[in-house]
Amino acid sequence: MTWVPTTAAEREEMLAVIGVTTVDDLFATIPESLRPKSWNLPAPESEMAVRRAMAGLSARNAVCHTSFLGGGFYDHFIPAAVDALATRSEFYTAYTPYQPESSQGTLQAIYEYQSAVCRLTGMEFANASLYDGGTAVFEAATMSVRLTRRRRIVCHESLNPLYGRMLKTHTANLGFEFATGDDPADAACVIVQNPSFLGSVADFSALAGRCHEAGALLVVSFYPLSLGMLKTPGEMGADIAVAEGQSLGLPLGFGGPYLGVMATRKEHLRKMPGRIGAATEDAQGRRGFVLTLQAREQHIRREKAMSNICSNEALCALRALIYLCLLGKEGLREVAAQCHARAEYLKSRLSFLQVLNAGPTFNEFAVRLPRDAEQVVSALAERGFLAGLPLAAVGAGEATDLLIAVTEKRTRHELGAFAEALKEAACS
Amino acid sequence: MQLIFEKSRPGRRAAQFDALDVPEASLPPALCRAEPAELPEVSELDVVRHFTQLSQQNFGVDSNFYPLGSCTMKYNPKLAEAVAAYPGFSELHPHLSTCPAFRGLCQGALELVYETEQALAEIAGMRKVSLQPIAGAHGELTGALLMAAYHRDKGNAKDTMLVPDSAHGTNPASAAIAGFKVVQVASAADGTIRLDAVKEALNESVAGLMLTCPNTHGLFEPRVREIADLLHESDALLYYDGANLNAIMGHARPGDLGFDVMHFNLHKTFGTPHGMGGPGSGPVGVGERLEAFLPGPRVVCEGGRYDLETPAKSIGKVAAFFGNFLIAVRACAYIRHLGGPGLKEASENAVLNANYVFARLKGTYQPAFESGFMHECVFSAAPQAKAGVRALDIAKALLDYGLHAPTVYFPLTVRESLMIEPTETESKDTLDAFCDAMIEIAGKAESDPDSLHAAPRTMPVGRLDEVRAARQLDCSC
Repeated sequence: MTWVPTTAAEREEMLAVIGVTTVDDLFATIPESLRPKSWNLPAPESEMAVRRAMAGLSARNAVCHTSFLGGGFYDHFIPAAVDALATRSEFYTAYTPYQPESSQGTLQAIYEYQSAVCRLTGMEFANASLYDGGTAVFEAATMSVRLTRRRRIVCHESLNPLYGRMLKTHTANLGFEFATGDDPADAACVIVQNPSFLGSVADFSALAGRCHEAGALLVVSFYPLSLGMLKTPGEMGADIAVAEGQSLGLPLGFGGPYLGVMATRKEHLRKMPGRIGAATEDAQGRRGFVLTLQAREQHIRREKAMSNICSNEALCALRALIYLCLLGKEGLREVAAQCHARAEYLKSRLSFLQVLNAGPTFNEFAVRLPRDAEQVVSALAERGFLAGLPLAAVGAGEATDLLIAVTEKRTRHELGAFAEALKEAACS
Repeated sequence: MQLIFEKSRPGRRAAQFDALDVPEASLPPALCRAEPAELPEVSELDVVRHFTQLSQQNFGVDSNFYPLGSCTMKYNPKLAEAVAAYPGFSELHPHLSTCPAFRGLCQGALELVYETEQALAEIAGMRKVSLQPIAGAHGELTGALLMAAYHRDKGNAKDTMLVPDSAHGTNPASAAIAGFKVVQVASAADGTIRLDAVKEALNESVAGLMLTCPNTHGLFEPRVREIADLLHESDALLYYDGANLNAIMGHARPGDLGFDVMHFNLHKTFGTPHGMGGPGSGPVGVGERLEAFLPGPRVVCEGGRYDLETPAKSIGKVAAFFGNFLIAVRACAYIRHLGGPGLKEASENAVLNANYVFARLKGTYQPAFESGFMHECVFSAAPQAKAGVRALDIAKALLDYGLHAPTVYFPLTVRESLMIEPTETESKDTLDAFCDAMIEIAGKAESDPDSLHAAPRTMPVGRLDEVRAARQLDCSC
């Protein structure tokens, strides 16, 4: 079969060395009574046939529309060099750097990624990655519980409702108490998001102060790309900063793989979950990189570990690092400024609609339409636009509310055409 | 090698964007960062050369034999990479599944989720599968949450999870996060779980047992059906850790063995890349007892149209959408290409290769167990360690042969363990080269142990000072 190289002659030689006559003899420890009751799987298909079938499935998905769909996941430009480098198989066919000497590429990339995250967020320590934005919020909550020995988790209204649901699923049996709002009294943490799920920008510095007075932690879920412009979690006094890293050069990919970003302050480091890379030296004084503080992790601590995480999203973290290097200091500032400016322009063209955000927004905002949002997005999809996310679908608004996101990819012409089309679909 | 930050020069740039063709906009200064993030200022070639050189400091399956036990480092087919890059998959926005108005725009992706879940269910003899869990450990946690939900629903006061001493560390860690107390169950001298130890540990408070099969000693658990029956008698559940599913495809199915819930590791069994430590994918499969509790929403098919539905007693969401979708795309291509016969043949050759390595090395290294290895074999370097050469030294010596080391110091039940999993995609020539190297290293352990203590010599760095790394904590620049 295709990926098995062993010839019939070799198989015979190998069986002779093993001292059995057939491959089936090697399965003798599985009793006959436990053999499969069914094995109703398709026949093999050639590579050509598989590609044809998968191309057929791929073609039945809409990726050519002009997109204003966000809701935590954004259609940003990805420079070609990101794909060219992250698809090098020396990276993607390696595993966890258990042998550091033969994994220096991986380990240096982890160290550089952690450095980039710290510089981006203004935090002191970052881990090597978690699964995604939602599980990063969950890990931040359990980390806060470990640090404060309290069990009350306060979720601010700004938090992505999907993250809130994931948090409750993951912690269902841990006896946590949940509240909404921003009261830090007796709380392990208050979890906020900036920009909010509806796109509003805030400064949570004062809340950080109130949290710390009350002995609670402030967890800030941030939008990495927005930090080209916005006040950082570090500047606000956050204890733990977490993010969905998809905006940093990861394709939308219908939901994953994505990247869970986590960073914290030095005093909380030892309670942080996930792998951590560190610089050190060999006997000759050459700089090299290893995984460190592994006594926090499941393979050492088992049921007492900080988390059960083992495989993480290392290749996605590499993509984020490459993206941040390609953009650099000025490029990240520019892309954030462009997203904001283009969104503001669209907002100005939608003056016929009520914007629901009370204050400033970054690149996403919510509007109230004169009619059902699902109907409007259906009509606009036929005209080649993904108009945004109807908020009722995620339980974050009325049936008439629509969340509209704008990235650096949307041109003035597209923004103008969309404004016209939306006016027609919504108001005529 | 220099850090990318050390290559930064003020004013240098790589990526460019379209010129801004709308008015500039600003936010109040109080909402903005004080200084720009100090990211590297480098050219595109600087970045390309830097990361190309970093990649060259790695062992990967494409360049080196990688017999890391329990990790199934098989070849990652290029076909899977090619299809995962199709724009209809890679550029598809996940919120297209969120609202009914958009669902017609992602029918191909929903069909792929549906088809992959169906195929995995048949492979494992499970009723239903959910692709939501993002990695193996996440699948374990999801499985443990399902078990907790089942017992809560039935009013069972069961708060204890049994875990064998040979289990992956993720098993007890996942059980703990799902709210269970963990009780360890001892293995017998032959490397399989002791039935009397399970009986002894089993009481009214036991919610379930987490079992890897074949276990992390590489051995099939012959009493698995009896264990399942025992558990089911007291309404406890049996969890299958799918890390070693690559040993048994087409020869046994967890569902037929009596398991109620399991996770798959698509990055092990189904050839998707390990990506330096991730992304993986850890779909969860369930039998009829747990079907109603699966994460939602789920893809359902009615009259050729794919839609979403949340099971009656769903535990909720463990991922925002359908887990690591692009990994599922790869696994789907893998399953389609091999089909039923190819999957079976993959397992057969994985077992053949491990047994061949075992046969060639059992005269040189001390077998951890006498016989019965399936897709991996475990040795102990305890005799060598007595002479001053530890499993770690053997691992480092292999690197100088251009061979990745086996898993060392796991399973914890075997002293100085060397856990070797060659996988089915390696040729006899490669296995021979590996065995020759292992035998030569064993010779050196007697004749010239110091040469092994000095290994590796040919890597970019020698052995690194891990104590210094932990004490001086330099984790970023």
